[in-house]
Amino acid sequence: MSNDVAVVLFAHPESDRAAAGLAGAGQRLAQQLGGALHALAIDPEQYQPEEALAALVETCHAIDPRAVLLSNDAYSQEIAPRLAHRLGGSACGDVVKIDVEPALSRLESAGWRAGATFVTRQVYGGKALATIALKRTPAVLWLRARSFEPGSVGEVRRLQVRPGARTRIVERTRQAQGEARLEDARVIVSGGRGIGGVEGFQQELRPLAQLLGAQIAASRAACDAGWVPPTLQVGQTGKKVAPDLYLAIGITGASQHMAGISEARQIVAINIDRDAPIFKHCRFGIVEDYRKVVPLLRQKLEAVRR
Amino acid sequence: MNILVCLKQILDPEIPARDFRIDAARKEAERGSASLVTNIFCENALETALQFRERAGGTITSLTCGAASAEDVLRKALAMKADAAALVLYDDAGRADPLLMAQILAAATRRLGAFDLVITGRESGDWGTGQTGGLLAEELGWPCVSFVDSIGAVDGTLRLKRQTDSGFEIVEARPPVVLTITNAEHNVPRIPKVRDVMQAHRQAITTWSIADLGIDAANRWYEVADLSIPQKETECEFAAGDTLEERVDAFARRLMEATAAV
Repeated sequence: MSNDVAVVLFAHPESDRAAAGLAGAGQRLAQQLGGALHALAIDPEQYQPEEALAALVETCHAIDPRAVLLSNDAYSQEIAPRLAHRLGGSACGDVVKIDVEPALSRLESAGWRAGATFVTRQVYGGKALATIALKRTPAVLWLRARSFEPGSVGEVRRLQVRPGARTRIVERTRQAQGEARLEDARVIVSGGRGIGGVEGFQQELRPLAQLLGAQIAASRAACDAGWVPPTLQVGQTGKKVAPDLYLAIGITGASQHMAGISEARQIVAINIDRDAPIFKHCRFGIVEDYRKVVPLLRQKLEAVRR
Repeated sequence: MNILVCLKQILDPEIPARDFRIDAARKEAERGSASLVTNIFCENALETALQFRERAGGTITSLTCGAASAEDVLRKALAMKADAAALVLYDDAGRADPLLMAQILAAATRRLGAFDLVITGRESGDWGTGQTGGLLAEELGWPCVSFVDSIGAVDGTLRLKRQTDSGFEIVEARPPVVLTITNAEHNVPRIPKVRDVMQAHRQAITTWSIADLGIDAANRWYEVADLSIPQKETECEFAAGDTLEERVDAFARRLMEATAAV
């Protein structure tokens, strides 16, 4: 086994925040281990599960890395556990912290030997934080890439993926939202059950989002009600986002929703209920019906714009 | 087609955070007064399989690995009209090494017969490793397609719709294949009829220990080293003012400061 680290990129670190976070995590881990960093890229338009996996296995066998890092996109999540299996390692996902030495003194005193990879992630829908010791190598980890400090990679090695045989992706459809991925959004305006209907999203939240340069998201309740498409759902059973600012409107903040926004830098809420759990995560907020707040807020933001 | 659906029993994820406690010695959540439920993505998986069976025929076998209480998950699956059920008894299933879990499920799959499709939920609401489906595919030597939300078939070739980060994809696959299922509007689990619930209680469930399947759980390569409840409540400053106008004004100022910093 080498002390090298491989990162698997489906986008370039210069143009994609997640890939930049992945690059940063890879750089720091390689430095800690005293190994080299290998950047392996796969064109997402050519991705086929079985063949991308085979290409990665072949390349990783030659590198024999201590760790392979991936991002939190669907393709990475799909292949990470299988890659670990084929390389004789262990996988772990949704990682927010990597330690190659036991960092916690109580772990050392409990007799953890160096050599294991310790990874930290949320469990129980964000209610708890677990550190897991992976003792097989390589550790194959998919990261909450946006919560890692960005970095860069040197030379990128492009892997060729053959056309699918036993399984084949025959259609790739992007949902026409004319927007970037929710996971990449820096500002998010999100609505919950309290929005009350599709009109609230169309007439209040969308114009507000436009003024703030934000993307629209929603809680599970709003998606289940059919007010917005399920692709906008944030939470334990939806997307995990990491914006700089998350404006939660009419969202009570149940732990299942909070599990999707725990990496948000700042959470702000508009809610009619002062005791709503969402406010426990906010630095500031307003207790008021959003129907009264948002129109006024839009006027003020428009006035500043002019 | 013959379908195997793997299900997991978990602590009800809907319990409020204030009632959530940790057993520090076992490094696991305390059961407390919370109920045990079928993991939602597993129910989506069963529902997706049931809808496929309605169109294409075949059988559905439900399989779980867990403590004796996990029988409830299978009774519910039978009530939803799965054809058969099997339970692998293993008390430590909740936070087990995902590889060990895949080995257990693969051994049970081989014991249960020949399947065209093995289906799991995309992840669980407790430890949420999101690895069971992929590792099971490796153990069986089958391909795997993840995040599927509906299954169709044309002349023996599966047409799978699956969700991606920006939309969806259609994947064609020849059985046997492992699928992991995610939630969508059309695979919300059905509510079983009262009569079917009663009937499910009389149906036989195949039960094995992990030793019966030739599995040794002793080798620990994946361990929970630490489990804690993060404390990160912040003091919220509420927008103040005598009138709505003033309060919104204060809120807007803070919001603009925050967005300027982005």
